[in-house]
Amino acid sequence: MTNEGSAGIVKTQLFTFAQPPGELKLESGQVLGPITLAYETYGTLNAARDNAILVAHALSGDAHAAGFHEGDKDPGWWDSMIGPGKAFDTNKYFVICSNVIGGCKGSTGPSSVNPKTGKPYALDFPIITISDMVNAQRYLIDHFGIDKLLCVVGGSMGGMQTLQWVASYPERVKSAIPIATALKHSPQQIAFDEVGRQAVMADPDWREGDYYGHGQPEKGLALARMIGHITYMSDQSMEEKFSRRLKEKNYSFKFKTDFEVEGYLKYRGDSFVKRFDANSYLYITKALDYFDLTSDKHKHHGKHQETKFLVIAFKSDWLYPAYQAQEIVRQLKIRHADATYCEIRSTYGHDAFLLETEEQTHLISHFLKKVHKEGH
Amino acid sequence: METRIKRMDHEIIYGIVEPGSRVLDLGCGEGDLLYLLAKEKNVKAQGVELDESAIYKCVEKGLSVFHGDIDSGLKDYPDKSFDYVILNQSMQEVKKVDFVIEEALRVGSRVIVGFPNFAYWRARMRLFFKGKTPVTRSLPYRWYNTPNLHFLSISDFKGFCREKGIAIEAEHYLGKRSRVRLLPNLFALNAVFVVTSDSKN
Repeated sequence: MTNEGSAGIVKTQLFTFAQPPGELKLESGQVLGPITLAYETYGTLNAARDNAILVAHALSGDAHAAGFHEGDKDPGWWDSMIGPGKAFDTNKYFVICSNVIGGCKGSTGPSSVNPKTGKPYALDFPIITISDMVNAQRYLIDHFGIDKLLCVVGGSMGGMQTLQWVASYPERVKSAIPIATALKHSPQQIAFDEVGRQAVMADPDWREGDYYGHGQPEKGLALARMIGHITYMSDQSMEEKFSRRLKEKNYSFKFKTDFEVEGYLKYRGDSFVKRFDANSYLYITKALDYFDLTSDKHKHHGKHQETKFLVIAFKSDWLYPAYQAQEIVRQLKIRHADATYCEIRSTYGHDAFLLETEEQTHLISHFLKKVHKEGH
Repeated sequence: METRIKRMDHEIIYGIVEPGSRVLDLGCGEGDLLYLLAKEKNVKAQGVELDESAIYKCVEKGLSVFHGDIDSGLKDYPDKSFDYVILNQSMQEVKKVDFVIEEALRVGSRVIVGFPNFAYWRARMRLFFKGKTPVTRSLPYRWYNTPNLHFLSISDFKGFCREKGIAIEAEHYLGKRSRVRLLPNLFALNAVFVVTSDSKN
């Protein structure tokens, strides 16, 4: 047995690039620069620079994937998977995680100061896409002098970035692990995102995005997050977690928080507004909705797929259902890609990619061992 | 390096597949056969398996495997994507055998089919004298817990191939410990066929 450990005390770093006139050209045709990416690394990059793994985060994630920030009691968002002896074994691999552009955790986004005006961008921030996020990450990977990533991995939106990496830079990705994700956002997924955005924009505190200095549209953003959380769980996981349990002994017979599930969603909504920027929520969900790797511009016609894949889905995930992962697998079969697909039995719903540690660890550690060994 | 092969059907299939071939194993289980082929014959191996715990075993062996059923697992592959498609002890468990064989012949140049022989003499005796559903070494299940959806004899399969215009390239018959040469439909527990689509040859 390996000794599992923590990545230890870590610090978020900053990397700035795309200084004018060398701005990053975005998919929309607009440009963005300078760009700062917040990132963290765990483990050591070897001399051959061939042990690097890029971890891409989901909608509300950040660069802090593992270990602890000084003084914090909670570790990074995927600490169960990243560290010495874990699935992404930092004794062997160099793990990088960066906050996406458009985010609000240190990377350039709508809440960042626009150097042209000296004020936060707000809605002057250009619309960004998943491919723009990946293009920005490429600068960071170049900065480390890494020609080819051993693996790109992520769940949900992180899975989309993973797929986008292979589509944009196939020769720079040795293996890919898209988890609980899709080749394109479905109308149902777009619908949930739009309801979330409408909740934010209907809040008078949103002020057409120009709320900096006045306080966030907290009610709208909290509501968006509450809706989101429902979609991250499953009927069964909610039954197991809350059932119909009450907060007090009896019904209040008022419009108060009677049920535990109501209290939970309120708590999740309220804690989210303290850590997440409402405009970032709008921009990032829009990037999700624009994601479509099945459209012609991304197709590599007849091209052989060299990147090795491990595709993971979860049975109870109804936000990113397994049929979407199977669609990824279908495309890989057409390209004769070396690929593995597993649909893990789980009751956690979409959240399973953060919670089903044992099964994912088993699949990922063996998969990585195989791809790392090849070509040595 | 000589590898000891535990199962006779695996040994036969191992003997059939040329080194470096592209192989698709439908219903690969825990991947023992594929692992053998990948390790010793350097084949490009891909498995399909329905059982989740078997998937973990395959990944442990470094194999690439798709979690899913055989019936729906073939249609996405372009024609002749593989040199060999293996259906060993899994054909009798699929819903639409004729469709799966047809698809296997489309995506593979050759198809290796291994199945238990229902007309084995002990099976016949049990049915004839006891009036009970056969339980044999190759058909070890009881009527209520068998995963098999189809029961066939060697003669049945040969008739099926004739009817469908499928060419039989090789046939191997297996007894308890050795190969069977005499009256296989009576004395073989298992059969392994190598078939191709007739039109090709």
